[in-house]
Amino acid sequence: MTTADIAARHDAEAANAETVFYLKDEHDHPEGSSTALGFWIYLMSDCLIFAMLFAIYGVLGANYAAGPSPKDLFELPLVALNTTMLLLSSITYGFAMLTMEKGRVAATQIWLAVTGLFGLAFLSIELYEFHHLIEIGATPQRSAFLSAFFTLVGTHGLHVTFGTIWLVTLMVQVAKHGLIAANRRRLMCLSMFWHFLDVVWIGVFTFVYLTGMLR
Amino acid sequence: MSSEAHGDHGGHGDHAQAHGSFRGYLTGFLLSVVLTAIPFWLVMNNVLDNKQATALVIMAFAVVQIVVHMVFFLHMNGRSEGGWTMLALIFTIILVVIALTGSLWVMYHLNTNMMPGHDMSQMP
Repeated sequence: MTTADIAARHDAEAANAETVFYLKDEHDHPEGSSTALGFWIYLMSDCLIFAMLFAIYGVLGANYAAGPSPKDLFELPLVALNTTMLLLSSITYGFAMLTMEKGRVAATQIWLAVTGLFGLAFLSIELYEFHHLIEIGATPQRSAFLSAFFTLVGTHGLHVTFGTIWLVTLMVQVAKHGLIAANRRRLMCLSMFWHFLDVVWIGVFTFVYLTGMLR
Repeated sequence: MSSEAHGDHGGHGDHAQAHGSFRGYLTGFLLSVVLTAIPFWLVMNNVLDNKQATALVIMAFAVVQIVVHMVFFLHMNGRSEGGWTMLALIFTIILVVIALTGSLWVMYHLNTNMMPGHDMSQMP
């Protein structure tokens, strides 16, 4: 652009000199440039859902309706095992992200598969626990405490279920298309989701299981 | 954010989206194991012999572990996305604290003040 051009443009701009307080020309947004922030805001809204469920459990958690209390129902060794599964899945997902950074497809797939297996182990243990509780009559209908317990822990379990389905979907995507930019972005979103679920589980095992045993 | 990053493989580097390092993940994992094991040990073996104190201690451990996860696994810092993720997080924490303390506080008083007849320990 020559100086004459610039001067001409300045004149043209001065001619229709109206002040605007917004961007007249939408600047370029590369694809996926705002995905991380948008997904983070989704996670924060999810966090509010869990906060409400924790509040409900906090309010109703002692209303046993003459039914079983946490001490009668919870088995801490099982909860510790479950916590271990989720924690291990978190670190293996971290390894998947590190190998993804290096562009190693096979290693990424292996770490993702290991993460999925830990997720499935977590879900199996949780389903075993729920089945056991329902079998001995501690159903969600039994008391307000059990309703709140099943809603809170069940919602977390449902999140893990969908996270596992998402993980399998992404493994198929990576197998088909490799570690392209879109797949890297999707894997990054799932990693945030997965680690977020581990953060929620910290609240669950502390607030529900451990403090439940102290009552 | 540089607008020059239109090359087919140049776009990723300027994203400032740190994915952490092996050392970072390992540090987070080891800290989490310790911060999980201690509360379980405290409750399962009834170490402190005081329920209120145990509850407060394990809550403190949970808060510390959540911060550890945020830093080492979710890579939270004040700079990512120009500070917007941190702002969203702070806003969410404020809402969560208001909702949780408000619910527990109000409902505790409702329970203690509005239902005198339901205290089974006072029954003959």
